[in-house]
Amino acid sequence: MSDIEMIEHDEEEIEELESVVIRFAGDSGDGMQLTGTQFSNTTAVFGNDISTMPDFPAEIRAPQGTTAGVSGFQVNFSSYDVLTPGDAPRVLVAMNPAALKTSLPDLESNGIIIVNTDTFTPTNLRKAGYESNPLEDGSLRGYEVHEVPLTTLNREALKEFTTLSTKDKDRCQNFFALGLTFWLFDRPLGTSGEWLKKKFAHKPELAAANAKAMETGFYFGETTEAFRHRYRIRPASLPPGVYRKVTGNEATAMGLVTAAYKAGKPLFYGTYPITPASDILHSLAPLRHFDVRTFQAEDEIAAMGSVIGAAFGGAIAVTGTSGPGIALKSEGMNLAVALELPMVIIDVQRGGPSTGLPTKTEQSDLLQVMFGRNGESPMPVIAPQSPSDCFDMALQAVRMAVRASTPVVMLTDGFLANSSEPWAIPNPDDIPAIDIEHPSAPSNGAGEPFLPYKRAPETGGRPWAIPGTPGLEHRIGGLSKAPLTGNVSYRPEHHEQMCRERAEKVARLAEFIPEQDVFGPLEGELLLVSWGGTYGATRTAVQKAIAQGKSVAHVHIRYLNPFPRNLGELLQKYHKVLVAELNGGQLAFLLQGKFARPVLTYSKLHGQPFKISEISRKIDEVLGS
Amino acid sequence: MSTNTIPLELTRKDFVSDQTVRWCPGCGDYAILAQMQKTLPELGIPREKIVFISGIGCSSRFPYYMNTYGIHSIHGRAPTLATGLAVTNPDLSIWVITGDGDGLSIGGNHLLHVMRRNVNLNIILFNNRVYGLTKGQYSPTSRKGFKTKSSPMGTIEQPINPVAIALASEATFVARSIDSHTQHLGEVLAAAAAHKGVSFVEVYQNCVIFNPDEWGPLEDRRERDDHMIYLEHGKPMVFGRNRDKGVRLNERFEPEVVQLGEQYTVDDLIVYDARSKALAMMISSMEHPYFPTPMGVIRQVSAPNYTEGLMAQIEAAQAQKGKGDLHKLYRAADLWEVK
Repeated sequence: MSDIEMIEHDEEEIEELESVVIRFAGDSGDGMQLTGTQFSNTTAVFGNDISTMPDFPAEIRAPQGTTAGVSGFQVNFSSYDVLTPGDAPRVLVAMNPAALKTSLPDLESNGIIIVNTDTFTPTNLRKAGYESNPLEDGSLRGYEVHEVPLTTLNREALKEFTTLSTKDKDRCQNFFALGLTFWLFDRPLGTSGEWLKKKFAHKPELAAANAKAMETGFYFGETTEAFRHRYRIRPASLPPGVYRKVTGNEATAMGLVTAAYKAGKPLFYGTYPITPASDILHSLAPLRHFDVRTFQAEDEIAAMGSVIGAAFGGAIAVTGTSGPGIALKSEGMNLAVALELPMVIIDVQRGGPSTGLPTKTEQSDLLQVMFGRNGESPMPVIAPQSPSDCFDMALQAVRMAVRASTPVVMLTDGFLANSSEPWAIPNPDDIPAIDIEHPSAPSNGAGEPFLPYKRAPETGGRPWAIPGTPGLEHRIGGLSKAPLTGNVSYRPEHHEQMCRERAEKVARLAEFIPEQDVFGPLEGELLLVSWGGTYGATRTAVQKAIAQGKSVAHVHIRYLNPFPRNLGELLQKYHKVLVAELNGGQLAFLLQGKFARPVLTYSKLHGQPFKISEISRKIDEVLGS
Repeated sequence: MSTNTIPLELTRKDFVSDQTVRWCPGCGDYAILAQMQKTLPELGIPREKIVFISGIGCSSRFPYYMNTYGIHSIHGRAPTLATGLAVTNPDLSIWVITGDGDGLSIGGNHLLHVMRRNVNLNIILFNNRVYGLTKGQYSPTSRKGFKTKSSPMGTIEQPINPVAIALASEATFVARSIDSHTQHLGEVLAAAAAHKGVSFVEVYQNCVIFNPDEWGPLEDRRERDDHMIYLEHGKPMVFGRNRDKGVRLNERFEPEVVQLGEQYTVDDLIVYDARSKALAMMISSMEHPYFPTPMGVIRQVSAPNYTEGLMAQIEAAQAQKGKGDLHKLYRAADLWEVK
């Protein structure tokens, strides 16, 4: 590796850019997710700000060579602060014709295309739906196309690895492509080289072959004259600190572990595998040394039930799922509302209805988690705004649950779950403890009966008495209850009082959560409102609009139930309110219902995040400019 | 845990809650409740460590009447709550109270999995072969042809045998008793409580309103011994009020009821072995009126339970990696520093 780093660069050939968006696309078996991740890691370690977005099919191995089987990974990296994975790639690495076909419409005009020409066979062209070869028919005119016989070059480079089969060697060709992009963007090979050594510690030959493929790709860029330019993106000026790259699911898992640690309790995570939430389980399962008790239940219903049992037992109890799982969990979530036990339900939203778009993002579960239960069933709902924000909001979810003795829903989405960004690693010692008090005796005096539903006056929460505590034996259940004792009661006044008390304690969380902040002018023509994973695109579009002198402000809501206490007032300060969300207008529905403030909606149902340009166009349309 | 909190002697009254019991007069549930309240004081478990969790149905009101910790949960889901609780606090004595509808219809899946996982808890399934709380529809254990409001021409569904389900689910303790034979019921409950791992007890229970004749002679103190066989590990399978009948394995390897006397003696009978799954499967298929109904401990084997396995993994992980350190967790990735 070291000799490569010492290659003398001809500085004049290097063009400075502020930011570049690159997409790696290939067959779902081509290792594109890995290639994209490796490129991102090196780029992050190099010091650029990054935002990444994987995009892959639901099928593990969709039919080879078809557009249905294309797996892509997009990275936006920059010398300034980036909030989205980028609207349009400038560089496309296409490992086969299908990858070219699906990604080309997104590519910047004049963009750079690197194709593996070895895969442009009549069969593959036909599978991708090409009638003629796009490399020959002029359809790529205007792009800078680099035709690389990648398979041939890679096999040739790995000739010396006589014990590896041709298939094994071909599996290294993604590292050839990676090496070539490292050359193109002036990146060192060290981070990926180290990764290979660790990954294939027990198969040194595979480590060596992949490293050789990567180096050969790098040299290919260096020696071939085909590439007119290299590019350099200087490190971004992020705030000082130690950074790592983090995805939303990873951040969620670390936030939950931290919450349990700070509460001095075991973390119980009961769940059933479901895309795109399973990676939370995969992140937590190896953390037994943190006293993390993961439980893979027989179904979504059982997962929810186990979490209620764990909460009754005094654990930090959490489940994670996606929309179809919430549908099954609703019955249990409703019991949790009636029992008034603290727990967290994470919904990593995906496109619906029904099975919908398992691997694609959407924000269409908001009304489901707000209202999808029988009876009066208020439940707090929060939504992180970026991958790293999942860490903070997971902690916040636990704090809210414990405070009001209630289940809390955290809505992330497929985009947040899988995309990544740099995370300034916090000092865990600076994170405040989560103080939990379990009563050890009835609060109304020894000898008196314990009152499990005697609420704390300041929060409306009830005592969290756990089995094993002498003298506090009590029964709770899903039937309507009398206040204080929690005994079964169907009396009209009891039912009404308990319904109102449960609503009240959720509403009073507004005293606990922060006020809504505003980006931009505090009054004016247009307020753009968004929530959840669309933060990056909406904020960037508003930044651009403000820079152009437009009267636009941005409110990005992280607390959806209850809303921040100043939100209603904010909505009145602008002539127009535009709500942008990846659903049919669900937040808009809530805002109009709650504040009787007419709003405009911009909704999108593509299974893809907003592009900055889409929001910008809509802002202009609403402003009439 | 804290021995000083155990009263010197718990009595039945210590387990009676302040709630009025609201089952129908004559319901078999009363007898089961009474036996439970009588058995628990004998187990030496402090009251605060006992938890009853139920689903929905007549039987599922049970926790309200026990002065212990308890949850009256939702239909069929009690095993799932109980699992989460057992994983959180392996130190508790947890009892799942369910019925033939709750446990085998809406909650069938959970029942199967809680047994397969060998979670350390006790399941008591009250089987009255009818839906009581919803006023008399047939259940998954109702006999074929049973006429109810939802099956006026008789059911056309094959019933299932709860004990066979438990055996197929690899439950490590499987037993059966009946509400009216209180002494036997008390013994079975005590044996279930003593077992480490999951214990499954089917209790034949009489619904006086919607299925009063279901158990027929089994409920009759004078006749019942001719219609039930009390299984005992290591003992020959003798039954009958005069202990003059037995069960042998015939030439086709099927159980067969024989009269003891000249042709067959005790030596010809099956010696029951509660460790043998094959034998348990075969004996559990014996059904009244063709056979005496098997009662008592049908299977009991020792196996590591779920919470033991989990806690062992936590210990092993902590021994290997040390107790979790958040600094290390956050930094388990490629890092870079911005100055």
